[in-house]
Amino acid sequence: MSIIARFSLNRPNFTLNTKLILPDTGITALFGASGTGKTTLLRLIAGLEKAHGYCQVQDTIWQDSTQNLFIPVCRRAVGFVFQDAQLFPHLTVLKNIEYGLQRTPKTQRHINPEHVIKLLGIKPLLTRFPARLSGGERQRVAIARSLVTSPKLLLMDEPLASLDHARKQEILPYLECLPQELNIPILYVSHAHDEIARLADYLVVLESGRVIANGPLGEILARLDIPIRFGEEAGVVLNGVVTARDLDWHLMQVTCSGGILWVRDGSQTIGHSIRLRVLARDVSLALTINNDASIMNRLQVTIAEIGQDAHPALLLVRLVCDDLYLLARLTKRSATMLKLCPGMRIWAQIKAAAVIE
Amino acid sequence: MNQTDLIALWLTLKLATVTTILLLLIATPLAWWLTWTNTKLSRVVSSLANLSLVLPPTVLGFYLLLLLGPNGPIGWITTYLGLGRLPFTFWGLVIGSMIYSLPFALQPLQNAFANLGVRPLEVAATLRAGPIDRFFTIAIPLAWPGFVTAIVLVFAHTVGEFGVVLMLGGNIPGTTQVVSVAIYNHVEALEYNAAHWLAGLLTIFSFMTLLILSFIQQRPKI
Repeated sequence: MSIIARFSLNRPNFTLNTKLILPDTGITALFGASGTGKTTLLRLIAGLEKAHGYCQVQDTIWQDSTQNLFIPVCRRAVGFVFQDAQLFPHLTVLKNIEYGLQRTPKTQRHINPEHVIKLLGIKPLLTRFPARLSGGERQRVAIARSLVTSPKLLLMDEPLASLDHARKQEILPYLECLPQELNIPILYVSHAHDEIARLADYLVVLESGRVIANGPLGEILARLDIPIRFGEEAGVVLNGVVTARDLDWHLMQVTCSGGILWVRDGSQTIGHSIRLRVLARDVSLALTINNDASIMNRLQVTIAEIGQDAHPALLLVRLVCDDLYLLARLTKRSATMLKLCPGMRIWAQIKAAAVIE
Repeated sequence: MNQTDLIALWLTLKLATVTTILLLLIATPLAWWLTWTNTKLSRVVSSLANLSLVLPPTVLGFYLLLLLGPNGPIGWITTYLGLGRLPFTFWGLVIGSMIYSLPFALQPLQNAFANLGVRPLEVAATLRAGPIDRFFTIAIPLAWPGFVTAIVLVFAHTVGEFGVVLMLGGNIPGTTQVVSVAIYNHVEALEYNAAHWLAGLLTIFSFMTLLILSFIQQRPKI
């Protein structure tokens, strides 16, 4: 079972056409610049807006225009977290959380409210009114309020966009653990690369109301036609496991499917799964193994594809090593001097890999 | 103050209370509909409902007299239903007052609903609250200052009306003679002392109303 969202919407100055089949586990990020229809798509799925289309979540059909079927929002098992929390100002935190819970039929309640309150750390806030909460606290309450209605799908519309960096860091760990803890699929709208790299398992890229790419995060990030849109932030995300630790040099060894990397010790335990983010600008290429260079992470890879970058001086190169994809950004001049071509075996030198989980 | 004056005072309070209660029951759904609808029909309805803001009360009273009178369509219906004729009765006054004060209920309510915006209602919908549920648990509590303003304004405006009352209700002590009409009577009869009492009372009442309103509007939002 999965999530199906097919919509076509034609408004003056705005059209949206989507045909999406999304996984019903983990976090799916909807990425795109502002005005590309991310929020509209989310609102269409929730039923807050109407357009011709079809929407199905797991085994429940929420909308089928060909059958004239449209389940109103209030009868959909959907959670929606707005950008600015939108707590009810006349109710305490507890009453806010109970609002949805009380309206959820007992037979549909499979999420324990106590568990959610503990998970999001809002126990000390329960008796307060929203006006007495910080931005981060409000957003956590809003997430809890949605979750206790046991939604089949949680929609989040840039939930961190109105928060400063510190508040974001405060909420991200809570978001990270939601899919595993509660087993609810999340659709997450964002235009922040760091949030997507950290949270998303699946990525949908929207441009002027159309889906231009969708698939597992690692696959989409390594595509040469998409990274242009990420600009300076183009890069890949690697999933790996901490396998060793070098206490003398404060380094830890991360084993990914295609190779082994040494990164700064983030004090994760051995065996812990982590994500590494490798930006294209931090990967350089060499024809031979350079033992006289400062870069310690070197992988022998195959050039899969060479493509244009946004600037005419630059190229993006997609590299493969077993299941591992990397992107490297280099100048056209270097590429010509090294006579790079697809299929060539070459050494990728990774200058930096950031631990993001 | 003599007996008739006290009766007029009592009648005025009764009229204002009944008008306020009934008008709020009608104006609330109407204001809700007008806030969220923008069609040709809603514009026509809105203009009609606000007509008494610009129309002289005598004009309104005159037409109501014709409509509710024995030869008017509404008068014919009320007679047919066995309710009798409404002009020169208390309930005739209530209807006149309601129409006359309708804009004073609609404006604050529409403002309050519009300020509320659509977002809290959308949030409530995603938390599985149906339209009526949302209205009572979200819209009314959040628009509460608008309701208080509407109540105060309608009550005060009804107490202060004169033209519509005189045209539609006449000057029958105990039935349709309200304070404003009683003052008129006193002045006509050169009973300035009695007029002073009632006029002073109305002035203090009006001042207190405005004072209360300014406190309501200044109250910080929760």
